Amino acid sequence: MTSKNKWLSAPYALWSIVFIIIPLGMILYYGLTDKNGAFTLENIIAITTAGHAKALRLSLLLSFVSTLICFLLAYPLAMILANTKVNTHQFIILIFILPMWMNFLLRTLAWQTLLEKNGVINSVLTFLNLPNLKIINTPAAIVLGMVYNFLPFMILPLYNALAKIDKNVIDAAHDLGAGSIYTFIHIILPLSVPGIISGITMVFVPALTTFVISALLGGSKLLLIGDVIEQEFTRTSNWHLGSGLSIVLMIFIIINMIASAIFDKDGEGSML
Amino acid sequence: MKKRTSSSVCILLLLFMAEILTGCGSSTTGVNGQVIVYNWGEYVDPETLDMFEEETGIKVIYDEFETNESMYPKVESGAVAYDIACPSDYMISRMIQNDMLSEINYDNIPNAKTNIGAQYYEQSKGFDPENKYSIPYCWGTVGILYNRTMVDEPITSWAQLWDEKYADNILMQDSVRDAFMVAEKLNGFSMNTLDTDELHTAMKSLIEQKPLVQAYVVDQVRDKMIGEEAAIGVIYSGEAIYTQQENPNLVYVIPEEGTNVWIDSWVILKNAPNKENAEKFINFMCRSDIALMNFEYITYSTPNTAARELIEDDAIRNSEIAFPDLSKYDHLETFVYLGEDGDALYNELWKEVKAY
Repeated sequence: MTSKNKWLSAPYALWSIVFIIIPLGMILYYGLTDKNGAFTLENIIAITTAGHAKALRLSLLLSFVSTLICFLLAYPLAMILANTKVNTHQFIILIFILPMWMNFLLRTLAWQTLLEKNGVINSVLTFLNLPNLKIINTPAAIVLGMVYNFLPFMILPLYNALAKIDKNVIDAAHDLGAGSIYTFIHIILPLSVPGIISGITMVFVPALTTFVISALLGGSKLLLIGDVIEQEFTRTSNWHLGSGLSIVLMIFIIINMIASAIFDKDGEGSML
Repeated sequence: MKKRTSSSVCILLLLFMAEILTGCGSSTTGVNGQVIVYNWGEYVDPETLDMFEEETGIKVIYDEFETNESMYPKVESGAVAYDIACPSDYMISRMIQNDMLSEINYDNIPNAKTNIGAQYYEQSKGFDPENKYSIPYCWGTVGILYNRTMVDEPITSWAQLWDEKYADNILMQDSVRDAFMVAEKLNGFSMNTLDTDELHTAMKSLIEQKPLVQAYVVDQVRDKMIGEEAAIGVIYSGEAIYTQQENPNLVYVIPEEGTNVWIDSWVILKNAPNKENAEKFINFMCRSDIALMNFEYITYSTPNTAARELIEDDAIRNSEIAFPDLSKYDHLETFVYLGEDGDALYNELWKEVKAY
């Protein structure tokens, strides 16, 4: 971009100052002070108390499992998409993005109705004399909600990275005697790493911070770190502790970001 | 104390959009200005708001909250300058203590004196000793709603919520004071206790109960009980009539160990920008025909004795659920504000229960 066009970035710069930099500064301020405004690290250290640490561990575990499942589901699909004709894959991508046009909360609430004891799925199973599904209000339901909601964010960067791989490279590998498994492991997989990293970030970060999914599908019985923070703000009105725990969560997100920056230097794994 | 339909969705939406939403909506003020009301979700017949606007030319800006605890920080922060709120007893005493309410001028709200039963003002003295700040709007008890086709015996006691045969069939309230109230009454303590030993015993009871609980819910208890998702649920008495109309198998009981008797009252906030309109609004809400409309819509017990006399259905006018004779029950209490440290202690212990 030439210096002449720099003013074009002004609206975004203003936007990011008002809605990103200032709020981040406020979180840092609240997180590092106590009620009287004095500096303290207590709100950060609070993560080590049994309840908070357990919520963080559970969040990390569930978001790791969800990310893994998303990856295993999305990678084969992205490979199929990358090898289909333009018209076909655009249609398939549309089908995957279509649900995202509806509000995320409504979709999660719909899962509640589907999974409930007397919900839609169990009514059908009972009608067919099959054993009922008992996953509502369990970690499994939360993982299902995360996978369902975040899967498109895994598919798109993976598809993008795979579609960019030059077909000649793969043909060359075959010409030189590599089997399809060998080609996949040594050619396709390494070349799609930027997409993998980007997809993992896009799924892992929202899964780690969510509180709605656990409230709706977990029956509020499983406390994730996102729930703890939400409650500190909305119910307990202890903004200092809520901000302190948010900072801890941000550290995990930053670690993830640094990892993706290292692996994805050229920004190849961007969404579309 | 709670609301109709699954509007928890709206509340969740609000969590995301609160800032955006609160900015708009006020573009069209009525000819006589506006009044900004902050009430429980689904806690008023929307038609009465239209009637008020039509009769007075005052535009009503109406905002909803889900729990007392979520209402308080929003009012305190002053992000939106509300005129009127409708908190519960203990939250009113907290607001009085923190000088957030303005004194009510009963001369401008004549309906409040003539229509609201004296006993409800008497009851309000627990949190508003001189009746200076609050006018009762709804009241009720907290009890057990059970499905008689899904239990073997009548449910009469909180202790049955700890019975293993109802595992995965119990719905508990997902709010700190209500959940602790159940455990405290179970153990024979006051629901306003600040004794650490008693509180730890109550916490242990709640942890012990957790594996049996299907879910911790606020408003969803109503729909889940109607849909027969669970056999037993802790619920506000105001929901009982409605849920029974939807599912005749449901029975409401006040447990023998005692429970919470609560009042939600109108208060005018100290920094209310439209104080006069706020008085007009409360006066309108206290009118017997309007109170009747609201009662029929939300089915929460009304302290408006004039409105109660207008109820046509004898069964409802004399309903033991809507208008229980409180002298027949033992160990009834009303929440009091526990102070900042007390609140923090309860929240801490509740978090331990939830994280367990």
